[in-house]
Amino acid sequence: MTGLVPRRDDPAVDGRRDPRLGVRRPGLGRLRPRGRRAVATAAVALVAVVVAVLALGLGDYPLSPPEVLRALLGGDGPASTIVLQWRLPRVLAALLFGAALGASGAVFQSLTRNPLGSPDVIGFSTGAYTGAILVIVSGAASTIGTALGALAGGLATALVVYLLAWRRGVHGLRLIIVGIAVTALLHSVNSWLLLRAQAEVALSASFWGAGSLALVGWPQLLPAAALLAVLAVLVAGLARPLRQLELGDDAARAHGLRAEGTRLALVLVGVALTAVVTASTGPIIFVALAAPQLARRVVRSAGVPLLGAALVGGLLLLVADVVAQHVTTTPVPVGLVTLVIGGAYLISLLVAESRRTR
Amino acid sequence: MATTTLPGAVRAPRAAARTRRRVAGLVAAVVLLVVALLLGLAVGARPVALGDVVRVVASLLPGGAVPGDVAPADVAAVLDLRLPRTAAALVAGAGLGVAGAVVQAVTRNPLADPGILGVTAGSAFAVSIAVGFAGVTAASGWIWFSFVGAALAAVTVSLVGGAGRSGGSPARLTLSGIALGAVLSGITSSIVLADPRRFDAVRAWEVGSLADRGWGPVATVAPFVVAGIVLALLVSRPLDAVALGDDHASSVGVSVPLVRVAALVVVTLLAGGATAVVGPIAFLGLMVAHAARGVVGASQPWTIGLSALLGPVLLLLADVLGRVAAPPGELSAGLVTAAIGAPVLIVVARRLTGGAR
Repeated sequence: MTGLVPRRDDPAVDGRRDPRLGVRRPGLGRLRPRGRRAVATAAVALVAVVVAVLALGLGDYPLSPPEVLRALLGGDGPASTIVLQWRLPRVLAALLFGAALGASGAVFQSLTRNPLGSPDVIGFSTGAYTGAILVIVSGAASTIGTALGALAGGLATALVVYLLAWRRGVHGLRLIIVGIAVTALLHSVNSWLLLRAQAEVALSASFWGAGSLALVGWPQLLPAAALLAVLAVLVAGLARPLRQLELGDDAARAHGLRAEGTRLALVLVGVALTAVVTASTGPIIFVALAAPQLARRVVRSAGVPLLGAALVGGLLLLVADVVAQHVTTTPVPVGLVTLVIGGAYLISLLVAESRRTR
Repeated sequence: MATTTLPGAVRAPRAAARTRRRVAGLVAAVVLLVVALLLGLAVGARPVALGDVVRVVASLLPGGAVPGDVAPADVAAVLDLRLPRTAAALVAGAGLGVAGAVVQAVTRNPLADPGILGVTAGSAFAVSIAVGFAGVTAASGWIWFSFVGAALAAVTVSLVGGAGRSGGSPARLTLSGIALGAVLSGITSSIVLADPRRFDAVRAWEVGSLADRGWGPVATVAPFVVAGIVLALLVSRPLDAVALGDDHASSVGVSVPLVRVAALVVVTLLAGGATAVVGPIAFLGLMVAHAARGVVGASQPWTIGLSALLGPVLLLLADVLGRVAAPPGELSAGLVTAAIGAPVLIVVARRLTGGAR
């Protein structure tokens, strides 16, 4: 268990070695660590695909998995319209956006070396939302424009939070409390902006208070997916430098890495991932917090696994969206479901930590 | 303490100066409260002149009559709409302010606040259960749920966050409260959204708004809030002892468990009661307790007394600000207190955790 305040000897902080890797375990444990990680990662991906097929069959017009597969593979008739036009964009959006949030969380948790150092806890998501609202209210709402506004809002929030938390270094818990305070402040600002805007233009954005996938169709999904694809390439390129940064700045420099430049690039890409999602859905809280930590446990890796975090994030958001649509009689925004799941997860982190320190 | 080594002749004037300062603070708070009450009655979509407000309110006194030269719509706005609303702010503000002071004292945590620690979210959650599943429609029914929710949330958060134990740090208790509050408010919002019509009565309430408050909730809750404040004043001296540490408290004959239970009852009555009227409002107790302590120094009786006055001042001003911030709509008082209180949380967190780790 990683402490909320990182310690020197914590494997999550110091990614060099994990004592557990030397222990032989039955089943997966008998594989070499790298092979085992690959199997676990593939298993998560497989589960995500299965859940996606099941989710495509759920709704007012229920379809069995074979019917869904037939529709996906080019069948005709109403089933194909329902699956391809109505349900597929939303399921894909859940997978893609969840993956982006999970990857963004992994980047920030690695950079801050703190499981709570994820963009939603520190307030970047809410700040990105502020940026998106400002763009929409100013009347220049296009997918790219809104995403840029969200990016600017997220970066500005990141800067403000770090400056406010800075006092002879960044103290982990202080960063988080400052982030939470800034989140509360921005939440008020966002409500105020939406309230003022409603008087002038009817806004679909007001629905976004808690983050929802209900308004995502193909026209919204495709540009966002293109942006995310570009960012995915960048993240993949930065994955190795990120590992080296985890070893500490000195070790990274010894490997010929420009530590500050790399860190800045990672922050930019991490905020951009959150911003693109937020611009399309509104703030979805706690996926970025929980996905990397869950992935770390599933994959049993020492550091935060980027690919694993992305896959778990996609699966998590998809499951949350299924719950949001089908468990209550009236659909609720998926952001509320992730809020509950993530909050419960945060409590379990704190309980486990209090047991350890006792 | 340095003052104990000083000869009495030097100490006495200091104590006198301190008392003068405290009395002056109390008087200033009363003046502020009167101003805030008048603003609460005068400001809104239909502004009423302050002089008219005074005359309209004075007409409620025995033998008074509604002045003829004030427009009937103005009279209705003041008496039927804003008077119950202002009374709600008075009751809830006093409750949340005192609850903030008590919860900070008993947890020895300057970051504590009934909203931040998830206590008001627990109340709101219980009330949404009462309205959504138990079919309760009046404040006289849901107030009991509100109390139970507040008490359960307070106990849970102190168990998770390790309040009062040597292992628990203020920041961790705060984090536990925020996590618990997130879970509970997420479920509350889902319950409310899933059946909007049934929740018509509490929709404005869920976001911490004072709008459309009749006399019902205020009248139901006021006795409990008064009882809570009286109990808070009764345990204020023992709380002073507990604030110096459990060992110190035991050595001067204070039963620490008893004080904790009393504080729990106080917070339940005040935060649960306030939430039953105005919904979950965060940061108010945090700000009020710090402001009060800044004026009167380390003395629980004075802090609690001043908090009872400053709480309504802040809630009334937040409500007034929310009414004029985004016409024709209204920003709920809870959102305004969050916007004002968040910077206070940042300042306190920075002061509390000085170094880099």
